[in-house]
Amino acid sequence: MEHKEYKSINKSVRKKDAMQLLLGKPVYTEDIVPDNALVVKLLRSPHANAIVKTINTKAAKLVPGVVDVYTWEDVPQSRFTNAGQTYPEPSPYDRLIIDRHVRFSGDVVAIVAAENEKAASKAVSLIKVEYDVLEPVLDFRTAKDNKILVHPEDNWVAPCEVGGSNKRNLVASEENTHGDVDSVMADCDIVLDRTYHMKAYNQAMMETFRTYTTLDRYGRLHVISSTQIVFHVRRILSHALGIPKNMIRVEKPRIGGGFGAKQSAISEVYPAFVTIKTGRPAMIIFTREESQIAGSPRHEMEVRVKLGADKTGKIRVLDLYTLSNSGAYGEHGPTTVGLSGHKSIPMYTGSLEAFRFNFDVVYTNTMAAGAYRGYGATQGIFAVETTVNELAEMLNIDPTEIRNMNMLKEGMIMPAYYNELAAACALDKCLEHCKEMFEWDKKYPVRDMGNGKVRTAGMAMAMQGSSISNVDVGSATVKLTEDGTYMLLIGAADMGTGCDTILAQMVAECMDCSVDDVAVFGADTDASPYDSGSYASSTTYLTGKAVEKACAELKTKMCSIAADILGCDSEEMIFEEGLIRRINTEQTVSMREIGVKAQVSNTKSAESSVSHSSPVSPPPFMVGMVEIELDRLTGEVTIIDYMAVVDCGIPINPALARIQAEGGIVQGIGHTLMENVTNDASGRPIESSFMQYKVPTRLDMGNLKVEFEHSYEPTGPFGAKSIGEIVINTPGPALAHAIYRATGVWHRELPITPEQIAMTKSSKE
Amino acid sequence: MIEITINLNGKKISDRIEADTLLIDFLRSHNCLSVKRGCETTNCGLCTVLMDDTPILSCSMLAARAAGHTVYTLEGLQEEASSFVGFIADQGADQCGFCNPGFVMNTIALLRENPDPTDDEIRAFLAGNLCRCSGYEGQLRGIRNYLNSLKEQ
Ligand code: FES
Ligand code: FES
Repeated sequence: MEHKEYKSINKSVRKKDAMQLLLGKPVYTEDIVPDNALVVKLLRSPHANAIVKTINTKAAKLVPGVVDVYTWEDVPQSRFTNAGQTYPEPSPYDRLIIDRHVRFSGDVVAIVAAENEKAASKAVSLIKVEYDVLEPVLDFRTAKDNKILVHPEDNWVAPCEVGGSNKRNLVASEENTHGDVDSVMADCDIVLDRTYHMKAYNQAMMETFRTYTTLDRYGRLHVISSTQIVFHVRRILSHALGIPKNMIRVEKPRIGGGFGAKQSAISEVYPAFVTIKTGRPAMIIFTREESQIAGSPRHEMEVRVKLGADKTGKIRVLDLYTLSNSGAYGEHGPTTVGLSGHKSIPMYTGSLEAFRFNFDVVYTNTMAAGAYRGYGATQGIFAVETTVNELAEMLNIDPTEIRNMNMLKEGMIMPAYYNELAAACALDKCLEHCKEMFEWDKKYPVRDMGNGKVRTAGMAMAMQGSSISNVDVGSATVKLTEDGTYMLLIGAADMGTGCDTILAQMVAECMDCSVDDVAVFGADTDASPYDSGSYASSTTYLTGKAVEKACAELKTKMCSIAADILGCDSEEMIFEEGLIRRINTEQTVSMREIGVKAQVSNTKSAESSVSHSSPVSPPPFMVGMVEIELDRLTGEVTIIDYMAVVDCGIPINPALARIQAEGGIVQGIGHTLMENVTNDASGRPIESSFMQYKVPTRLDMGNLKVEFEHSYEPTGPFGAKSIGEIVINTPGPALAHAIYRATGVWHRELPITPEQIAMTKSSKE
Repeated sequence: MIEITINLNGKKISDRIEADTLLIDFLRSHNCLSVKRGCETTNCGLCTVLMDDTPILSCSMLAARAAGHTVYTLEGLQEEASSFVGFIADQGADQCGFCNPGFVMNTIALLRENPDPTDDEIRAFLAGNLCRCSGYEGQLRGIRNYLNSLKEQ
């Protein structure tokens, strides 16, 4: 479907906050905390599983400048989850602000509030704790029905039935089957049965978790936090602290990156508790180490894929079992896992006769996982795409060809995706486009460079969703001011992605004004309309649609006010080119006149607030191809080119969509080649700083090239789908593929480091 | 407590500080809030400032060591930064912005030292400036477009 000529949509407008950010203005949480705020620091458990036997805070409290020290005895005893999700909350209520039972190395044992950082740190070091150290469950493969229980407590609550049981270390469990999987499998010429493992990667956003809290002039708790989910944080704090929701205001300033990490309330509860206790402003700034060891990383997953195909390469059946490690608490555990199947299997709708997708999500005594860009899809796609690449290699079919034979095409119903219709799907075009741009036919053959180095290529496809269907709510309030400019109020959180700007572009398109005439404010639970928040690839698609609808409603209201001005019926008025015109006349009313009239002897508001939810979650699609040079001696992988083509519907702002894709690809490269998450034998995390946790630098990524194939999503605003998450999904399988082409070895565990490449090779030789 | 004097963004500043005060904390407490901390281990480059025209990591230097020296933060180089950051904004590569001040400061140092760098020279010079959002390519395109614009003039 072709779209019309837009004035503001599909234009690379600068981000509204760009110059503020590039010139270093003080717009982040830590920059706006007043000097008198108490510094909050946490004592964390060194043990992975222990009971606090005794805790002595006397010496700590005597440190000059220390205001108070709180332990498990001081906090409310009802459990909550810090996952930011819509009702009914899928994640179990398994947390206390401080629990006597500490469940991972890094779990909170005490909260210190002091006048300055030095005093707070000193006090933390002076707290004396006697632990009853228990044996931990560290390997997630042994967690289910283990005799050691991570959550033995009786007040564990699952607000939503997801198949979990704390008495089995089970956060969630489910089985889905479509068709007769076993008999189709038995009838297949080829069955590949493979198991893949992906680690609990950290988002490593440059701004660590941080929150500032104070009491406002009405005595309400005012929270300024680096969060993606202001409304969910309000609910979480209300549950945790036992205070009514209308006594809490949550606001976000600019955010230094989130990628899902800030879709859980990781830091909020501690200063909020201190402010409630002391009545004083308080702030917590997580160190990088705290962010690394007590954040909310990706769920470690083991995905077993059984793929059945015939000898021509037709993929007839897929059978997935995912085991997901939720760590010590269940945040996002029941939901992330679903995407490992629901967002990998449907890519092969074209040929699949049957599929099965079962999963278990378990507790272990490791850092609790959370939401990370890709949200389970990344893990599932690594597994399925690598298996499909292996099938292609086995059958000597070009991997792009095997995709063409089996892939989802526009107009198909996706049984593995809630029977949704692929109304907008340019996956086939993405493949063709990428193949040509990358020069696949030239780069796919293995090329020996004659110096111990070899050049090869690999590829992968990906999908994601756009919002959580029938669950999430996006909202927008659009107001006309008396000089004819507009205000847009949103509850979605721009975490650097540019959603403030793209939503303003939509207002500008609807109201026929310039993007500069639209000011954006968000997100603030007191001022913004309710919005689930910025996650699940929902903002462009869901909040965007709410913007479109709010503008339509506002136009109707403006017609009515204009009719009052002209003394005629509002039916006679239409919105046209930024003016209201009386049909069949030359009479017009300007926005400015309407804005003024709205403030004088008027009973109609010149503002509209609309909420939107979607019964579907249209997937964006993507194809990624990588060319590497692999040093056969050292196992070092150098990326030459990474090229990708994305179908995100109509990109509202192509420059920002492209940066999303480039940023996501580089994160995916990090996960695949260098970022690792391991614990020592007692469960202490090894990669606790950027010394050990290697985030890609600009020397690690080669040349990136991203282009787009347009489809038009009828349920999205201006044909748009999502872009934010899908972009992280192709590097894992594409790089594993290229490395196989160079070495003959399929690496099914990430990251694939030079050591692993070199060692696997030598053990084979 | 020790007394130090630093020439900060063109102004002499004297203050009594604890001997173990880090330069980043000194700068932030003197309203240079552009200076950001992204790690504690000299691995991210977010805290980059210029001391006597050389880029340094302010998270790993004692404020006392800057005594008697000239220090510039982005607050003091707004005009110089303004000449090129718009090109980065045009790419949308500002993203979350948290790494931007350190990246912009180091880019200033690069362009002062080498006004016509190649892409590889840019990558090498800025290798210590991490960015988790942009994927780096947009930052590079921005700098490249700026350099091209100078040539067109
Ligand atoms: S804060 Fe990371 S290098 Fe200084
Ligand atoms: S823009 Fe977010 S870290 Fe660089």
